[in-house]
Amino acid sequence: MEKILEAKNISKQYPGVVALDDVSFNVYKGKVNVLVGENGAGKSTLMKILSGVERQSSGEIYLNNKKLNIFSTNDAEKNSIGIIHQELNLFPNLTVHENIFMGHEILDRYKTIDTKQQIKITNELLSKLNQDIDAKTLVESLRIGQQQIIEIAKALAKKTKILIMDEPSSALSKKEVSVLFNVIEELKKQEVTIIYISHKLEEIMQIGDVITILRDSKFICEELINKIDIPWITENMVGMKSFEAVNTQKVKKGPKIIELKSISLKKKESEEYILDDVNFNSSSGEILSIYGLMGSGRTELLEIIMGLNKDFQGEIYLEDKILKASSISERISDGIVLVPEDRQGQGLVQSLSILSNTLLSKISRRFKDFYLNAKSEKKIVTKAIEYLGIKVSNYNNVITSLSGGNQQKVVIAKSLETEPRLLMLDEPTRGIDIGAKQEIFYIMKKLAEKGLSIIFVSSEIKEVLAVADRVIVLAKGKINKELMGGEITEDNLVKYSQG
Amino acid sequence: MKGMTIKAALFKLRAFIALIFIFSFFAFTADAFLSSTNLIILTKHVAINAILAIGMTFVILTSGIDLSVGSIVGLCGMIAGMLIDKGLVIQFLNVVIYFEIWVIVLISIFVGFLFGCVNGFIITRFSVAPFIATLGMLYVARGFALLINDGATFPNLIGKEELNNTGFPNIGSGTFLSLPYTIWVMLALALIAVFLTTKTKFGRHIYAIGGNTKAAHLSGVNVNAVTLLTYGISGLCAGVVGVIVTSQLISSHPATGTTWELNAIAAVVLGGTSLMGGRGSVGGTIIGAFVIGVLSNGMILEGVSSFWQRVIMGTIIVLAVMIDQLQTRFISKD
Repeated sequence: MEKILEAKNISKQYPGVVALDDVSFNVYKGKVNVLVGENGAGKSTLMKILSGVERQSSGEIYLNNKKLNIFSTNDAEKNSIGIIHQELNLFPNLTVHENIFMGHEILDRYKTIDTKQQIKITNELLSKLNQDIDAKTLVESLRIGQQQIIEIAKALAKKTKILIMDEPSSALSKKEVSVLFNVIEELKKQEVTIIYISHKLEEIMQIGDVITILRDSKFICEELINKIDIPWITENMVGMKSFEAVNTQKVKKGPKIIELKSISLKKKESEEYILDDVNFNSSSGEILSIYGLMGSGRTELLEIIMGLNKDFQGEIYLEDKILKASSISERISDGIVLVPEDRQGQGLVQSLSILSNTLLSKISRRFKDFYLNAKSEKKIVTKAIEYLGIKVSNYNNVITSLSGGNQQKVVIAKSLETEPRLLMLDEPTRGIDIGAKQEIFYIMKKLAEKGLSIIFVSSEIKEVLAVADRVIVLAKGKINKELMGGEITEDNLVKYSQG
Repeated sequence: MKGMTIKAALFKLRAFIALIFIFSFFAFTADAFLSSTNLIILTKHVAINAILAIGMTFVILTSGIDLSVGSIVGLCGMIAGMLIDKGLVIQFLNVVIYFEIWVIVLISIFVGFLFGCVNGFIITRFSVAPFIATLGMLYVARGFALLINDGATFPNLIGKEELNNTGFPNIGSGTFLSLPYTIWVMLALALIAVFLTTKTKFGRHIYAIGGNTKAAHLSGVNVNAVTLLTYGISGLCAGVVGVIVTSQLISSHPATGTTWELNAIAAVVLGGTSLMGGRGSVGGTIIGAFVIGVLSNGMILEGVSSFWQRVIMGTIIVLAVMIDQLQTRFISKD
């Protein structure tokens, strides 16, 4: 096998976090090079470096044995490296050929866009990929799978030789995935090299040629796909070292707090289900984990409980009383609160101080609380900071002056100020360092022991193993399996999440 | 200011420093500038813009904008004029009601509040962009102002002894401790606004909405209600200005307040409030209004042509925003 691209000893540091630690990555010509690792393992960072979005802190990249400096996405493009992001980068309001030639329009001699030529080339590209899509259709009228193909065609139009695909199948149906795989086979024939990132291990076994595994920002191993099996991948991906378990003692399960009865949610303007007849309950004192791959419906499930999404069918009971569709502030006063997945986008108000963020949710309908009492605010915040062990020099500083882990603790503090009975955390450890992760697990346990019901969504197996008293495994919107105690193992989590 | 570097503190106080600089410049170069008559006239002018700008600050802090305040000024003035001159005519009952002056003032201001709330309702309930919703209201409110007396003014609003509605001009011309009422009203509204924005839950929520609407929503902040109320406040301030200006002129003109919304926005921006929302203060807005007021007063005294005045004013507004951008970069690098 011939190496086309070689990343040697790449490291990348962000303030407070090491995202890549001396990682080497070989890419073989004309092959499907699979890259796997859990969330936060460093896959995305590595791809950002290869595609010129970010610069490595140290290390070198070689293309065809020649050293390559990639300073920008343009540099990457010039060297025939292209990337298809998980979130597609298309303009839905424009046609297929306009999208494909965006930024690289073909001009005629009057320097106006040569639409005819663009359409011609687009149709050639699409027929090479065996796709029956007209160059003049609007992208918004295409299915997600077809849009993905347009992204591929866009890369090919730029004469891309190395194509990075970041979880291309996560939003696709089974049928669309097989179309995608046919296209990938076609690309291989045209000597295009693929770097394929995915969490879906069965797909990897089917389409991959070589696999590289990253874990905790480090390179773990590289192997030919035909020499390995799924348990081997799981073992290397998850590793042996894990968090200190907080779920070892016997749970003192209290009364049932919340119960979901046949919750279903349809995709907008489609018959497909995001959630399909989901039933479960959660009790005071236990940490219930919801495990599933991207797109399995876990975030939507929390949004429904929180009252953010009201288009569902089914019923939610809070201690035997049915929860009506209500506003978020009503949910909060019912004792339900969510620590959202997107800390920067939904968790924090960046322009406000640590103090203001902590107290933002403290809802009270009493009129005397209209006036903010600086003294009692100080007292509350000091107590919260101490309780959660937040490292703060001055709580009047803006929230963004804190590290990711401490920011997340402020979001948790904010939620706790509402005095919840049910605390839901959606990927609470995303983008924070290992030490802070462990601290957050201890906090969760402490809260559960105080009698809170905790629902914990994570896509990291090790976290689930360390924290969960009980696990609900979601696959394609259905509860595939409920795991308790000794059943909570790596193998089971991987097996039942594949659907 | 504790724990801030000197550089950051200077940046934060830049509007105030600019004001002192401009003020001293005119104090030294224009003879009449420091006379108490001139300063009172100046402040009286500033007050009109400042009151509008206080309301505008609430809106802009939520990352909104209110283009309708000028028209609402005109409308509320016309309503006050009509109630004094013609009374409230209820045609199908064949009755005409004349109110006492304080009731007329309250009704006029309330109409402003109501129109502001309509803005807020359209923006929050139907997700119409604030720019568009209030642009529409700019036309609608102006239209109503013209409709009230068929495009004509209500002159000589001194009221009639027998109708018990005299004394309206006193609002605009009366004084307390030798300062015009107008200035007292500005001070009172400014204090209330500072209290609301810094000491109350409502104020905290305004900053949260402007900083990150999604996070505010998820934290249980009633985003729609708070946003709606900020437009109500902006309309209310426009109502107050409508009454004051009408009283100062002792007549109401349907065209009063045209383009005043732009002066108010300029004051807010000069005061350091970000159009993206979440950052800024009422205090800054007051300073911004004074910068504009002192500058135009001083330039008039210096005999600068009114054409050049506009060029200079525009330049300063844009410069202020450029500095604001520098500051954001500067702070994020810290």
